[in-house]
Amino acid sequence: MIRIPCPHCSARNSAEFRHVGEAAARPDPSTVTPEQWRVYLYERSNPAGWITETWFHTMGCRRFITVERHTVTNEIRSVRPAGSSGPEPAEALSGRADAGSPDAGGQA
Amino acid sequence: MNQSPPSFVGRRARSLRTARRGPARYSAFDLIRRGALGTDWPRSFSQPELRGTYDAVIIGAGVHGLATAYYLAANHGMTNVAVLDKAYIGGGGSGRNTAIVRSNYLTPEGVRFYDRSVKLYENLAVDLNYNVMFSQRGHLTLAHNDSSLRTMRWRAEVNKLQGIDSEVIDPDHISRLVPYLDVSPEARYPVLGALYHPPGGTIRHDAVNWGYARAAEHLGVHIHQYTEVTAIHVESDRVTGVSTNRGDIAAPVVVNCTAGWASTVCDLAGVRLPLITHPLQAAVTEPVKMFLRAVVVSGSLHVYVSQTDRGELVFGASVDPYPSYSMRGSLEFTEELAGHVLELMPSIAKLRVLRQWAGLCDMTPDYSPIMGVTPIDGFLLDVGWGTYGYKAGPVAGEAMAELVATGKTPEIISAFDLARFAEGRLVGEKGAAAVGH
Repeated sequence: MIRIPCPHCSARNSAEFRHVGEAAARPDPSTVTPEQWRVYLYERSNPAGWITETWFHTMGCRRFITVERHTVTNEIRSVRPAGSSGPEPAEALSGRADAGSPDAGGQA
Repeated sequence: MNQSPPSFVGRRARSLRTARRGPARYSAFDLIRRGALGTDWPRSFSQPELRGTYDAVIIGAGVHGLATAYYLAANHGMTNVAVLDKAYIGGGGSGRNTAIVRSNYLTPEGVRFYDRSVKLYENLAVDLNYNVMFSQRGHLTLAHNDSSLRTMRWRAEVNKLQGIDSEVIDPDHISRLVPYLDVSPEARYPVLGALYHPPGGTIRHDAVNWGYARAAEHLGVHIHQYTEVTAIHVESDRVTGVSTNRGDIAAPVVVNCTAGWASTVCDLAGVRLPLITHPLQAAVTEPVKMFLRAVVVSGSLHVYVSQTDRGELVFGASVDPYPSYSMRGSLEFTEELAGHVLELMPSIAKLRVLRQWAGLCDMTPDYSPIMGVTPIDGFLLDVGWGTYGYKAGPVAGEAMAELVATGKTPEIISAFDLARFAEGRLVGEKGAAAVGH
């Protein structure tokens, strides 16, 4: 189980969320080459380490969020509303950042 | 025999001498003789020195890597082969799966492929002189609604066309095969029918790994455990070798057989894959008397159950809902799994769960593997094994060995190449592989 500090709803169990996938910019359909489209459609970096990905808070705010997560430890180091640029400022996350780690205590 | 000198004296040296004469042939007679005389068994594997050059390097000492090495040596006479693993033999998915073997898939390509694997498994104990405990006890995939019943009929027809024993049976017939299953209409998810596959069953997965390793090593293959590949060397689109934590190896062929870790190994060669690694969790109960003969699978309930020869019930689930390389369990999983098993078999409510674990599954978009060549000459793939890798071990090894030895992709795996994603030739097995163990 992991807890995701939703920027809109505070830390919640990952069961409330739907994992959407690795964050990737969609190429412009009017100019894209088939090769670029294939890369966008199928190829994934699938790292054993830090990854930037999109989640959807199905049972909460029903908004998309961008999460930076470590795929081996499931530690989360930043969250921000999807579409906003850059990681959320540290102070906005403080107080609930540790809730993202798998071993964190029960504050919500 | 290419045995390296013993790394230390004593028991190991004795066993190496035995290995030069060939490994002890396991038999009932030998068991009684050694039991009566109290003689030790020779070691099954040695720890060879790393050579600077091999004809082929296989990354991953799981069932796929070891089978590839064995068939290279046994079928094609290529024995200057190294199998590298960052940990020990069969420590990844090959030792973590739920050991179910079957061939009742959905696409003709898939059915042919997995059927060849079942055939190889049937003779494996004799081929390897190792008891792999393959038990063809029958495999039932339950249908709880009309659409899954329709998929079962579809699969049964495809299977029959390929000559596979597979049919849709009604709840009465299911009851006769698995008396403890709740097939009453009052069940929360009533059982409408099942796809029955008599040749399906379970196998002792560790024995398969050890049997392949022992037989391959007897033929001269080097198995290097705790040898992690840190770099794959590529010169003008041609692989030239690998670097490991124990030294560099030059090799014209490098095969990636690392399943869950496939993306990280392919990164070393600069090959990008359409894979997403998810953990899959499983659990085992305390042992009880034999009461469940067949393997029971429910796609709708995301669960599969079988009973081992020791009497433990093995439960498996679908993959976790988000990608991760973490092999820790989660309470939600165990709760949900136990609940679903009880919906099928309410009478086992008092059974206690003994252990729970997870393995890594490298899922492809179409639930079929990725096998064959890459844009880098000599760098071959046997990955994307998702949740169905173990049952394919022998056929994958046989086909990959043929590809390594002859340079030509065998027809049986031609549909599973990496280029299919660019060319739109996906082999959709979701209907038979998503939770269908």
